Amino acid sequence: MALVQDKPGVLNRVASMFRRRGFNISSLAVGHSETQGLSRMTFVVEGDEYTVEQVTKQLYKLIDVVKVSDISKEDVVLRELALIKVRTTPSTRPEVLQLVEIFRSNVVDVSPDSVIIEVTGDEDKVDSLLRILKPFGVREVMRTGRVGLMRGMVKSLAMDDPGRASKPG
Amino acid sequence: MKMSGAQIVCESLLREGVELVFGIPGGTILPLYQTMVDYPQIRHILVRHEQGAAMAADGYARATGRVGVCMATSGPGATNLVTGIANAQMDSVPLVAITGQVSRAGIGKDAFQETDVTGITLPITKHNYLVMKAEDLASVMKEAFYIASTGRPGPVLIDIPRDVFTEVAEFEYPETADLPGYKPVLEGHPSQIKKAAKLINEAQKPLILAGHGVIISWAYAELMELAEKAQIPVITTLLGRSSFPNDHVLFVGMPGMHGVAYASLALDEADLIIGLGMRFDDRITGKISAFASRAKVIHVDIDPAEIDKNVRTHVPIVGDVARVLRQLNRLVESAPHPEWLDRIEELKREHPSLHIRETDRLLPQAVIRDLCEATQGKAVIVTGVGQHQMWAAQHYSFRDKEANTFITSGGLGSMGYEVPAAMGAQLGRPDKVVWAVCGDGGFQMTMSELATIVENDIPVKFAIFNNNYLGMVRQWQELFYNKTYFATHRTRNPDFVKLAEAFGMPGLRVTEPGQSMSAIREAMAHPGPVLIDFLVEEEENLYPMIPSGQTTAELMEYPVAKEVRP
Ligand SMILES: Cc1ncc(C[n+]2csc(CCOP(=O)(O)OP(=O)(O)O)c2C)c(N)n1
Ligand SMILES: [Mg+2]
Repeated sequence: MALVQDKPGVLNRVASMFRRRGFNISSLAVGHSETQGLSRMTFVVEGDEYTVEQVTKQLYKLIDVVKVSDISKEDVVLRELALIKVRTTPSTRPEVLQLVEIFRSNVVDVSPDSVIIEVTGDEDKVDSLLRILKPFGVREVMRTGRVGLMRGMVKSLAMDDPGRASKPG
Repeated sequence: MKMSGAQIVCESLLREGVELVFGIPGGTILPLYQTMVDYPQIRHILVRHEQGAAMAADGYARATGRVGVCMATSGPGATNLVTGIANAQMDSVPLVAITGQVSRAGIGKDAFQETDVTGITLPITKHNYLVMKAEDLASVMKEAFYIASTGRPGPVLIDIPRDVFTEVAEFEYPETADLPGYKPVLEGHPSQIKKAAKLINEAQKPLILAGHGVIISWAYAELMELAEKAQIPVITTLLGRSSFPNDHVLFVGMPGMHGVAYASLALDEADLIIGLGMRFDDRITGKISAFASRAKVIHVDIDPAEIDKNVRTHVPIVGDVARVLRQLNRLVESAPHPEWLDRIEELKREHPSLHIRETDRLLPQAVIRDLCEATQGKAVIVTGVGQHQMWAAQHYSFRDKEANTFITSGGLGSMGYEVPAAMGAQLGRPDKVVWAVCGDGGFQMTMSELATIVENDIPVKFAIFNNNYLGMVRQWQELFYNKTYFATHRTRNPDFVKLAEAFGMPGLRVTEPGQSMSAIREAMAHPGPVLIDFLVEEEENLYPMIPSGQTTAELMEYPVAKEVRP
């Protein structure tokens, strides 16, 4: 997870660094943070400890990046939102709606031959719902990618921490 | 005070102490140029190609330690800067590049001479800016110079639309740059310093590997103190060649692909490597898994991203080399290491990598030695890329105690660097003799700058190592492609002496060893720029050589080195 300055092109800088250094990101989500002028990015990077360390350091090298945390080993809440459009017929609709219920998801749009389901949860939950809906005919899926926050009280902006030697020149 | 964007740029340059800029004007940057007329304190050098502007600014920066500044117009002007910017990025050189951009309304419309320069230079700059409001210019200029020159230095590009130059805004130059995401760490962490000192005090065979960072942080005296106090032999990277006087008893040499064998072997035998301001580049390490296999590693660098990137470190220290060494020197104990120093001397005797054969032919290595003798090892040597570069690195004995006297394109390896960089270095250091050590290939990439050099009477001395080949590539063809000399032989090189004369400077030609020294002295006696065309042995090979990605076991020595005595 990274806190970045909310400047034009910052997403491009981050994405370009990932591409250039050959790091694989499987998802990336960006949005405003609690502090004006700062955005929070959550990305999921595939790789071993060495890769995670390199990603962190290379992110820090970007001038607009203020703070990077590897939250994979922390006590975190991770969530993803997905919109799923599923084909329905009068005979399958009740079954689909029942599944929506079980997964504590919502139907946000109904058409004569399909519904759009909104589901929020960890990645596994979204994956399982998708698997279960597959036989009905999943027409379109839009997933946000994971976003996360650490539980409990953490300093929201640990940017003045003098002990950190990670912010490079 | 209200000012135009162009005035704000000029005022900011003044406040940053800029005295010299290199560039070529054009449509979008013209408002800035026309404003510079009112700022005669800022000298503008009109180069012949924008690559020359970037590389001259780079040479100036390396020779002086100050920020080099170059300018270009949008589109082709800006794209011509690109190789020079990439070069500065690879070698951590403080550079500010100012480019004109099409007016704001034209951006994104493929307007005439529009190029996405911030996009193009994103991965080859430390940071870059597209300034969309004149009121942002002052803070951007402040930040740009701050970012370029602090931490691990690097190039910063500022792209300015034409109508931002003419827009009027309030000018107030900020005292500091407000960059919450940028805080270079200078002081080494005390507990890491302690650990490092302990390793040094315990080591039997310590070895210092000094890099460009020693020069950038001006840590000459601190490096000397550490080496002498604990009697630690010093090897250097290519860019660190002039970080330690080469006539000092503790100086060993440069290891790696074209380093001297005894320096590479010392790395193999050492029990502690102290890497200072360097990045364990593949030209130094060869096969990573076999690199310095008996040694623990202390790595001091200001860029945390270099720590553990290529070589796993036992004690990493993030910080400015000079400051870290000052901290370290307090804790390091005096130690003699007589056996280790004897062993190094033995390695030097067993592997006389720098011996050259007796011949009546003009050997490039011998010319470098003549250059060294004539300048007492104190000239600023600026090289191109190829065999001549490595011969200069091997055979010139750098003796200036506190100056960057070896200026070369290390990380990017960009042919043609020598001509503009030597020009910039000479402008930055008028007190020094500057020799451009040129390849006949690379020289032809940027020789148009001879016009700039003559026009401004910049007294650079040019030595062309004319082997009629793209020599370094020819050598690979000889060794690895069965002498298939495809696309490396120059059958019709220009007459470099006449060329020099055409540009308006004297040219000399040297064909035999006996003429070399007198020609060099003649060139140095002449007050202005001079060119010497050295017709050197064409198929001379560069040794030692450790083929790419291999180990000292595969090291190839100069074939005659074993037989010939000095
Ligand atoms: C701009 C650029 N193009 C190509 C190369 C690849 N290259 C490396 S060394 C070399 C030969 C250089 O020839 P020359 O300048 O005559 O020097 P020599 O090796 O003969 O001393 C070439 C082509 C390069 N380093 N830079
Ligand atoms: Mg050549």
